[in-house]
Amino acid sequence: MTRLSDPALVRLVGGVLVLLAVATAVGFVLSRRARTESARATVANLNARIRAWWIMVAVFTIAVWTGGIGSIVLFALMSLLALREFVTLAPTRQEDHRTLLWSFFAVTPLQYYLIGIRWYGLFAIMIPVYAFVLVAVSNVIAGRTDRFLERTATIHWGLMVCVYCVSHAPALLILDIPGYRTNAKLLVFLVLVVQISDVLQYVFGKLFGKHPIAPVISPNKTWEGFAGGVLTASLVGTAIWWATPFTPPQAFALSVAITLAGFAGGLVMSAIKRDRGVKDYGALIAGHGGMLDRIDSLCFAAPVFFHLTRYFFTP
Amino acid sequence: MIAGLLASVARLVSGASVFYLDKPPDERQRVYFANHTSHLDFVVLWSALPPNLRPLVRPVAARDYWDKGALRRYFSEKVFRAILIDRGGSGSVGDARGTIDRLAAEMENRYSIIVFPEGTRGSGEEIAPFKSGLYHLCRQKPGLELVPVYLDNMNRILPKGELLPVPMLSRVILGRPMALEPGEPKPAFLERAREAIRELRGL
Repeated sequence: MTRLSDPALVRLVGGVLVLLAVATAVGFVLSRRARTESARATVANLNARIRAWWIMVAVFTIAVWTGGIGSIVLFALMSLLALREFVTLAPTRQEDHRTLLWSFFAVTPLQYYLIGIRWYGLFAIMIPVYAFVLVAVSNVIAGRTDRFLERTATIHWGLMVCVYCVSHAPALLILDIPGYRTNAKLLVFLVLVVQISDVLQYVFGKLFGKHPIAPVISPNKTWEGFAGGVLTASLVGTAIWWATPFTPPQAFALSVAITLAGFAGGLVMSAIKRDRGVKDYGALIAGHGGMLDRIDSLCFAAPVFFHLTRYFFTP
Repeated sequence: MIAGLLASVARLVSGASVFYLDKPPDERQRVYFANHTSHLDFVVLWSALPPNLRPLVRPVAARDYWDKGALRRYFSEKVFRAILIDRGGSGSVGDARGTIDRLAAEMENRYSIIVFPEGTRGSGEEIAPFKSGLYHLCRQKPGLELVPVYLDNMNRILPKGELLPVPMLSRVILGRPMALEPGEPKPAFLERAREAIRELRGL
């Protein structure tokens, strides 16, 4: 699946490192120039985020380089951490204990195992069909009926978002695309476009943001940030078309799909946080919040990108 | 070493973030008292303390449970050096006084202790009224400082009657130290202590 020596992969990773170095330099200059209290706080948060990015990029690069198994294990761990944050906030009850044990220790590992053995058919339906039934039955066996639908739906939703959706990112590794090798580049393409779109939406929002796009759900998201982020991130995606099986216009179209789905994911996960009355899902990654705060856009973008690629580019 | 390992596992499983409302605890002799909903409670609270303090902090546990079987006895005696007390008993005043005397003697002047004054694990919805041991201990050792601790979400991570924990996130909140006021009546003191934990819960 992965070839260490693939020149395009090396260039992709090299490019990301250069980008981070530039960001670190800019952060350093900004920290020298910040005058007001609020500007200092913003820059300090920015620099904490950049430092965390170095670590995240290092982990991701190592995982991708070890080949399929490393990426699968990394995303499985990300799913578990995300699910942990989700369930902590979700209004599940003690009676759901066994169901949650199944979700963490059986369903999640199985979903990633199915990628490992390249069983696409079961991978695609295991959680929507079998986990759906399992969660409901397990909750019935627990014997409590109050708020049954809410509890059951919440757990299944958590599995869909944190495990099923996220698992479509490493599942890119098992697509057979004629004439294309080292699918790890597709995974890098997806993660890069999603995350850079997040960053650029944040930057454009900070610089030009005026009109909130969904004031009730997320006051920091603005039309200016959205438009600037989606457009520039899609241009970044187009610029690295050479690492993908796509032509430049195709890379642009797919990048737009990725960023739009990602934006939707961020909004939806914000709505849940609002409902539960918290700002972040956790404090795992300095400056970013929890795992789920970092991968909220990926949750929605991964399955969309996976299926578009699978439909249009595999026989 | 086994204790240190257990502490790491407990921290990993419970994903506990620790908050101190006051300065981080030091070696001063104190009573850490907390709400009780799970078998994880003691280990997680213990692991939330600075590592250099842990050898000085001993749990107070029920003899009827922890003295049963080789494994439990090993953990309570060797690993955590628990102070085992008789719970319930005949209910006579003499018994209770004997327990408090022994507790005070075991504490000497250096050991802090961890107690769960509700006496048993609850469901997590309400904090049960406190047993009076806390009050009698304070009478026995005047000036003893008590630190209220709220353990959040343990009841969902490992509820009563379950064997395996679901690794959700939890919080350990250590409040400001309090003490028995001179002349403070027993019910008022116990209610004040219970209220101190309730307040941490609201944070």
